[in-house]
Amino acid sequence: MSSNSFAYNEQSGGGEATELGQEATSTISPSGAFGLFSSDLKKNEDLKQMLESNKDSAKLDAMKRIVGMIAKGKNASELFPAVVKNVASKNIEIKKLVYVYLVRYAEEQQDLALLSISTFQRALKDPNQLIRASALRVLSSIRVPIIVPIMMLAIKEAAADLSPYVRKNAAHAIQKLYSLDPEQKEMLIEVIEKLLKDKSILVAGSVVMAFEEVCPDRIDLIHKNYRKLCNLLVDVEEWGQVVIIHMLTRYARTQFVSPWREDDGLEDNEKSFYDSDDEQKEKTDKRKKPYTMDPDHRLLIRNTKPLLQSRNAAVVMAVAQLYWHISPKSEAGIISKSLVRLLRSNREVQYIVLQNIATMSIQRKGMFEPYLKSFYVRSTDPTMIKTLKLEILTNLANEANISTLLREFQTYVKSQDKQFAAATIQTIGRCATNISEVTDTCLSGLVCLLSNRDEIVVAESVVVIKKLLQMQPAQHGEIIKHMAKLLDSITVPVARASILWLIGENCERVPKIAPDVLRKMAKSFTSEDDLVKLQILNLGAKLYLTNSKQTKLLTQYILNLGKYDQNYDIRDRTRFIRQLIVPNEKSGALSKYAKKIFLAQKPAPLLESPFKDRDHFQLGTLSHTLNAKAAGYLELSNWPEVAPDPSVRNVEVIDLAKEWTPAGKAKNENPTKKFYSESEEEEDSSDSSSDSGSESGSESGEEDEEGDSSEDSSEDSSSEPESESGRQSDTENRRVAKRNSKTKGKGDSKDEKKENEKSKTSDSSNAESSSVEESSSDSESESESESESESRKVTKEKEKKTKQDRNRLATDVSLLDLDDFNPVSTPVALPTPALSPSLIADLEGLNLSTSSSVISVSTPVFVPMKTHVLLHRMSGKGLAAHYSFPRQPCIFGDKMVSVQITLNNTTDKKIENIHIREKKLPIGMQMHVFNPIESLEPEGSITVSMGIDFCDSTQTASFQLCTKDDCFSVNIQPPVGELLLPVAMSEKDFKKEQGMLTGMNETSATIIAAPQNFPPSVILQKVINVANAGVVPSGQDNIHRFAAKTVHSGSLMLVTVELKEGSTAQLIINTEKTVIGSVLLRELKPVLSQG
Amino acid sequence: MKMIHSLFLINCSGDIFLEKHWKSVVSQSVCDYFFEAQEKAADVENVPPVISTPHHYLISIYRDKLFFVSVIQTEVPPLFVIEFLHRVADTFQDYFGECSEAAIKDNVVIVYELLEEMLDNGFPLATESNILKELIKPPTILRSVVNSITGSSNVGDTLPTGQLSNIPWRRAGVKYTNNEAYFDVVEEIDAIIDKSGSTVFAEIQGVIDACIKLSGMPDLSLSFMNPRLLDDVSFHPCIRFKRWESERVLSFIPPDGNFRLISYRVSSQNLVAIPVYVKHSISFKENSSCGRFDVTIGPKQNMGKTIEGVTVTVHMPKVVLNMNLTPTQGSYTFDPVTKVLTWDVGKITPQKLPSLKGLVNLQSGAPKPEENPSLNIQFKIQQLAISGLKVNRLDMYGEKYKPFKGVKYVTKAGKFQVRT
Repeated sequence: MSSNSFAYNEQSGGGEATELGQEATSTISPSGAFGLFSSDLKKNEDLKQMLESNKDSAKLDAMKRIVGMIAKGKNASELFPAVVKNVASKNIEIKKLVYVYLVRYAEEQQDLALLSISTFQRALKDPNQLIRASALRVLSSIRVPIIVPIMMLAIKEAAADLSPYVRKNAAHAIQKLYSLDPEQKEMLIEVIEKLLKDKSILVAGSVVMAFEEVCPDRIDLIHKNYRKLCNLLVDVEEWGQVVIIHMLTRYARTQFVSPWREDDGLEDNEKSFYDSDDEQKEKTDKRKKPYTMDPDHRLLIRNTKPLLQSRNAAVVMAVAQLYWHISPKSEAGIISKSLVRLLRSNREVQYIVLQNIATMSIQRKGMFEPYLKSFYVRSTDPTMIKTLKLEILTNLANEANISTLLREFQTYVKSQDKQFAAATIQTIGRCATNISEVTDTCLSGLVCLLSNRDEIVVAESVVVIKKLLQMQPAQHGEIIKHMAKLLDSITVPVARASILWLIGENCERVPKIAPDVLRKMAKSFTSEDDLVKLQILNLGAKLYLTNSKQTKLLTQYILNLGKYDQNYDIRDRTRFIRQLIVPNEKSGALSKYAKKIFLAQKPAPLLESPFKDRDHFQLGTLSHTLNAKAAGYLELSNWPEVAPDPSVRNVEVIDLAKEWTPAGKAKNENPTKKFYSESEEEEDSSDSSSDSGSESGSESGEEDEEGDSSEDSSEDSSSEPESESGRQSDTENRRVAKRNSKTKGKGDSKDEKKENEKSKTSDSSNAESSSVEESSSDSESESESESESESRKVTKEKEKKTKQDRNRLATDVSLLDLDDFNPVSTPVALPTPALSPSLIADLEGLNLSTSSSVISVSTPVFVPMKTHVLLHRMSGKGLAAHYSFPRQPCIFGDKMVSVQITLNNTTDKKIENIHIREKKLPIGMQMHVFNPIESLEPEGSITVSMGIDFCDSTQTASFQLCTKDDCFSVNIQPPVGELLLPVAMSEKDFKKEQGMLTGMNETSATIIAAPQNFPPSVILQKVINVANAGVVPSGQDNIHRFAAKTVHSGSLMLVTVELKEGSTAQLIINTEKTVIGSVLLRELKPVLSQG
Repeated sequence: MKMIHSLFLINCSGDIFLEKHWKSVVSQSVCDYFFEAQEKAADVENVPPVISTPHHYLISIYRDKLFFVSVIQTEVPPLFVIEFLHRVADTFQDYFGECSEAAIKDNVVIVYELLEEMLDNGFPLATESNILKELIKPPTILRSVVNSITGSSNVGDTLPTGQLSNIPWRRAGVKYTNNEAYFDVVEEIDAIIDKSGSTVFAEIQGVIDACIKLSGMPDLSLSFMNPRLLDDVSFHPCIRFKRWESERVLSFIPPDGNFRLISYRVSSQNLVAIPVYVKHSISFKENSSCGRFDVTIGPKQNMGKTIEGVTVTVHMPKVVLNMNLTPTQGSYTFDPVTKVLTWDVGKITPQKLPSLKGLVNLQSGAPKPEENPSLNIQFKIQQLAISGLKVNRLDMYGEKYKPFKGVKYVTKAGKFQVRT
């Protein structure tokens, strides 16, 4: 009674309880149906009342009882109107239960269900991502066709949501909408295409799932995302991993050539058997070309390997089947260990895994041979597991291990589980036929079993011996005699029939016994089983033909008995045999051949594994388990003869450089130039911008981009002439417009993105990658432009431009609104031809586009001089090293933090060859080391810089600092504040971003701050000292805001310090990276509170 | 892949006591195919996990006397569904302390809320217990009393961090006054010993279970004296795989509370020490209705530790009617219906080896059993990891406080079978 669902009963006393009791009994006995009906009505009545009450507790109780009814499978649909009213309830639990109810019954009550839709539509716009997500989830689960357009709209919107969790739910909703209305396919594919580009690990699994469901044949959508998926795979949640691996397996089979050589996979080339010689030769010629694996193929194989260590059996199996189907055969061996590990799991997992191993072990014995003993059977295993293990043992049997196996089989034969014992005997038979060395041993073993007490064992042995003897050139007269004797004791029909058949076949080898057997059988004919009767007839016929002297009468007697048998099969057979063997005038030409017909050489039965033909199903699938094609099974295609163009998967910039040779050279220089100008030569920025402008102007990709933006801006600039006359109002207008666009914000930028995407897809891959590159240069130039001397630069820049612009700028500057600053300064480095006549229009357009992108790196506000000891001179034998964080963007890679190392020689000798060795970095971390220093004079000091990608964690980077003679282990642990890059943004953008990063993305603390800490400059200085963040201009005196982004992932990190009454302050950090967020919070706390 | 369509929970007597549909409703009658298969299989262990019906496929698991039967419509990796169903059962176990019909019926609303969170449109959504517990609080007696008075709910109104962060297995803001990290190294010996006492097959299956109660976001690394022993390892998702590959160190940000860190296998290539030996003589006389039963158990290679918690279980042949035995130590029971003999031995003292002797009564007239039954043995050795695995040290980064650390070793018999 500890549960909530019963709480109500306790409260409301006896009446309710008896009612429940009554209802419970009535479900069991149909006689109580009448009672059930009436009580149901009554009960529903009071449920309705409870739902309509004002008290949440009553509503909740009612909902709980309703859910209880649903769970039991009882009909609660008539409560729909009463329940649906509560869909907007404030109480989360009521709301959740109403959702449960809605999803269950909306399909049946479509009209009423529509009442709830507006609530969800409202919730879709909620600032809280979890509420948006759950609204989408429920909305898409209501299977009401009429809301398809609403769903479609909601999905499209959610797919562009900033929260990856909402986007994940959008991916789920795609499948639901597709199953509700397949007509939407094309539109949904567009959404899938977009979501496939998503870089979040949350989304990856779900969108691939949607892809598999909606458009598994659109393999072209995967190309561009292939490498990304491979690289994300390890971090995706386990269920998503399974789906992605299965999809990538199919993908790989269509895009890469076979890694299987002819010599290591003969069984795969059975086709070539039929080919003519010439063709075959041609084929081998072709194959002789050295095979080199596509690097993408290798990438997939390499990146899935760690997943073999997953705790999830489904993931392990998925990787195993991937290796089986696409890796070179020499490498597939590593999966066996992991599969064997799964055998320790529960029986269901064992069952599936064993089935798959059974299929594998037929084709590639070697893989599982080392694990032979893991398949030994325990008496406690369920029978289905036992038989599967036996199957595998049989497949693995070879000359080397058969003696061990046979000893093991002996134990099994004695098992109390007779079904299993029988299966073992069959297994022994199969081993005997497969391995000729042991045929005799097996046979004699089986003969021994003939004296077993258990009839099933004996019968099975007889049947197997029969099969074995049939395969052997018959020199086993003794065994046949022994078996003939068994006829007296054995009663199992199959076994008796087998013995009779055997004697008949070999009647010439046992000439004395055969007629005697026939005599005995003739006596018992009438009481035999049909199966046995047929064999008696056969035996008679055969003996009649070979030894008619002794058996003629007997046979005729048996034929007479058969003539009047109750079974028509036997009567038929009797007639047939009589016509054939007994010569009379009517018998035709056939009887002459009677002997040939009856005593023909019969081919031996093939004893083979029931798993032999399962290999055409992809391993690990339902179809494989069932050995039948399940609905929705996707065939694994054969390897293509020639690999399709691998360049379709290219997304990197490097490839572009190759393809764009004419422009390539200039371009390669270009970024580096920009790069340096960024850190030192701000005054050159105007030059470099015009530089890059003219150069990049030659690229079609960028022209595209420009085209877009000018299109956009042309609309905006329609008010331009007006502005000539009254510039004040114009600026005003524009600013309003901008505000608007910003409040629309998301939507606008989305549209733009979409447009970009469209142009991308329509263009060739070249154009696409160029635009990718361009956007990267974009961000660089942004960071360049947001330098300290912003205003100066801006003015300088603008001087070259039109009068209008200058005017506008002037107002802007005078207003000191940073908000407008950034966007204006952005075009500085944008590749705009400096003298373009449509310059203003361009600028406008670009303004618009950049105003929505809030993350733009600025230069550090302050660089602390703090240095940390890397290597003390005492422990470094005179070599001392210190490191510090210069807070500059790293030149070695944009995900790296730059670190400056100062080396001092405190000895009186020269220290030679200082370099770094043996980097020991946690996963994902990367390090760009400084070039070895040839020598350092005594008392000399040198400063070098290096880059470390800390992956946004405060983990230590350990390495060895070495000189010519010694090595010293050192490590660098970054303070969390150095993992950031400052970001310039407006207060409004800050608030907007903060609004998106609430909930679990927010950490906060209240601190008691010393009064001397209250002046803004002090707070600023203290925060900036700890964290490399940018200052956000604030409208209020008591609130200070700082913005930064993490170096590795570029996630925003928003810090708010709000001063309150009574020397307390609230410190809030909003970030997706909750871990560093909380670490930063902890580091800031003492700093702000100390005096 | 339209994953799981519906789920039915069925008890041992064949009542469907809970159903949940994630898409359109599938009638209960689909379970008839399952009942049919169950009947054919004779015992529950042999019900095939995958059953094909004309319109659906049924994938089921059997856990704690309950069947979890899921309805599938299209191709799906069966292990995917099986693994998920077990995860559901684990969650029930975790929430209600047991996964039984009574517990599920008592908590039907929570069960429904859980199922709702765990699957969306038949595809797993949140299966991490950390996340689920933030979404839906587990029932406690206190909470249910409080809830019934105040009308408050057991649904979390704060938003779970894990779902969105890169560390889905840990929630933020964990706080403890005592910071502790305990690790249990549990090794089980799987072995088949043949009649003559020689080992047919033996290997060690180990797990390291952790109980971590640490504040904040600790980053732990656990190293071993002899990591090369571990032949095959499977990891909790929190473990950084590359670090293990390169340094053989387990580096991870742990989930909060109890969880299984790794499971591993020490291969059969290494010699496995078998800590007990069994002397047995079980014989049935021809043409007589009785037999003799004599089993003695003793310590061997136990590295000076006591072997305790010893139990011997024997499935006697069907013809055995009853047994009259005398144990020198412990007590025994024989169930004449299931024919299971259980001898609870307790601790083995090398001075006086425990034995169980006596007569076996057979059904008169029946042929004597073909095979002697095999003995399944359970035991436990404290403070010993039979493989020799040793934890070297545990380091913590990212947090400043000093946690209390502890490692416990225990060796148990796994599937330990002696053939007689």
